[in-house]
Amino acid sequence: MQVSSSIREPLVTGGKTYKDVTNDVSRQVEGKPTLSWLLALGGSLVVLLLGSLALVATLWEGIGMWGLNKTVGWAWDITNFVWWVGIGHAGTLISAVLLLFRQKWRTSINRAAEAMTIFAVICAALFPLIHMGRPWIGAIWALPLPNTYGSLWVNFNSPLLWDVFAISTYFAVSLVFWYIGLIPDFATIRDRATGMRRTIYGALSFGWDGAAKTWMRYESVSLILAGLATPLVLSVHTIVSFDFATSVIPGWHTTIFPPYFVAGAIFSGFAMVLTLMIITRKVFKLQDYITIGHIELMNIVIIITGSIVGIAYITEFFIAWYSGVAAEQYAFVNRMFGPYWWAYWSMMTCNVISPQLFWFKKIRTSIVATFILSIVVNIGMWFERFVIIVTSLHRDFLPSSWVMFYPTITDVGVYLFTFGFFGTCFLLFAKFFPVINMAEVKAVLKSSSEKVVK
Amino acid sequence: MERDSNFILGIFDDEDVLLNAVKDVRKSGIKIHEVYSPYPIHGLDEVLGYKRSRLPIAAFMFGLLGTTLALTMQFYMNKFDWPMIIGGKDFASITFVPVTFELTVLLAAFGMVGVFMATSNLKPWGQPRIFDLRSTDDKHVMAIDIANNASLTTEAISDVLKNSGATEINRKNFE
Repeated sequence: MQVSSSIREPLVTGGKTYKDVTNDVSRQVEGKPTLSWLLALGGSLVVLLLGSLALVATLWEGIGMWGLNKTVGWAWDITNFVWWVGIGHAGTLISAVLLLFRQKWRTSINRAAEAMTIFAVICAALFPLIHMGRPWIGAIWALPLPNTYGSLWVNFNSPLLWDVFAISTYFAVSLVFWYIGLIPDFATIRDRATGMRRTIYGALSFGWDGAAKTWMRYESVSLILAGLATPLVLSVHTIVSFDFATSVIPGWHTTIFPPYFVAGAIFSGFAMVLTLMIITRKVFKLQDYITIGHIELMNIVIIITGSIVGIAYITEFFIAWYSGVAAEQYAFVNRMFGPYWWAYWSMMTCNVISPQLFWFKKIRTSIVATFILSIVVNIGMWFERFVIIVTSLHRDFLPSSWVMFYPTITDVGVYLFTFGFFGTCFLLFAKFFPVINMAEVKAVLKSSSEKVVK
Repeated sequence: MERDSNFILGIFDDEDVLLNAVKDVRKSGIKIHEVYSPYPIHGLDEVLGYKRSRLPIAAFMFGLLGTTLALTMQFYMNKFDWPMIIGGKDFASITFVPVTFELTVLLAAFGMVGVFMATSNLKPWGQPRIFDLRSTDDKHVMAIDIANNASLTTEAISDVLKNSGATEINRKNFE
């Protein structure tokens, strides 16, 4: 028997054995779908279908269906794009950065967080894709393909093109990282199953046998992938922020954007992980694996990144004043006290003030409070992107061009579509894939728990 | 007796017992075919005498290939084939950094994973030889090829396994 540290809390509670880990996680993969799962899936599909009406309208009629106008050429679509990409940062951060830092608590949450990342990145990629108007010929504009115009190649000086490479690389590498981790767990399910399920999970498990040599290579691959994914995850939101920072629009043209966007992305990503995991642990009875300790640690990350975001807001404001550039100063005064003041103050309340509540141990260890605040944070992060994008644009250089932006039903519908898509994908994942990385949890079980095995 | 078809299996419950057992078994001159476990065990590769994986080298080489390809592509397209003149400068190589970085990471990751799949024989239609179904659940399985240890009797091998802490000793024959 292994004696664990008396200072540290065990990572997995309830005195679980290896067998228990397998049973607890495989249970919902092997069992019949529950009523609550079916209802949730039905709800997601309804949202998906309703939203797809807006998507079809956009593709059929063109982006004139959106509320964009001559002055505000970017609004809901790019807000949603940045919002979803930001959410998609937590998964790889948890699995890659925390692996490099040897944070063993990541093992219970990395699988679901990575799945969330992949679905969120797909939702994000939808927006620039449909904003092209005719995405079926958009590949020629977005990818360096030979064409009959010269060849007139894509412009490698454009941050929008960097985004194409950054997001697709991020998606591909996250997907591979996630799948490599899934292979041993698929093998576990395969070896418990018979018939059709055995065939399906057998194919998914790629013929994994758990040999020591394969595990050695697996560990090596995980470590290198983590090392590659760490700068990658930082680069993705940096490049997303370049979309704005490299322009000459007052309010966008700031050098603080890359770190500020990355911190914001981690902030919103962790909030989304918490929202999903609090529901998942309850529905699948995984409270012994995703403990209050996990929730508290994620809340601490939220305090830190939320404070970085808060400092960034204040710095931006100070620099706008200190620069002495009238246009820059006006852009920031307009954010606070202009017609979109309510969006600015919603952002400030949700992102700067609300996470500070987590300084109280009672609040950061309370499931109800965490759940509510995790949603508040993501509302705030949506407003942050809306404020940056719309309020910097709507009062153009010429006062004769000053307008307001009003979203149309199609704008809202496309956003709804991504929610339906995200929800459907996550529910299917939660039912048919092991939501917790069984192999990695087993590997930390002994070093983290006082009573194990036998 | 055919090689690679008749095995003695030592089943272990605990990873630390297993690590010591591997040392004991190897010290007594028995060649271990392979150890199968449900999760990665640190130090197991060392006691089994495996050399460090060279996958990091593969990743580095693929990364280098990605860097080269990305730079070649960008210089060819925006400098030579259709010069992109911006601000009077015919090209600005600093702006090639993001795409170069992304393609380096992409090729390093995919190349390394490809090599991993190939060397570990992982493929969707792969049919692994399963010594014991519990080896992906909660047991560690040490497989010893009888034909490879012809100088020892199966009883002797079983005794060594039992003394080193195996909870079960089984036989497995593959046709």
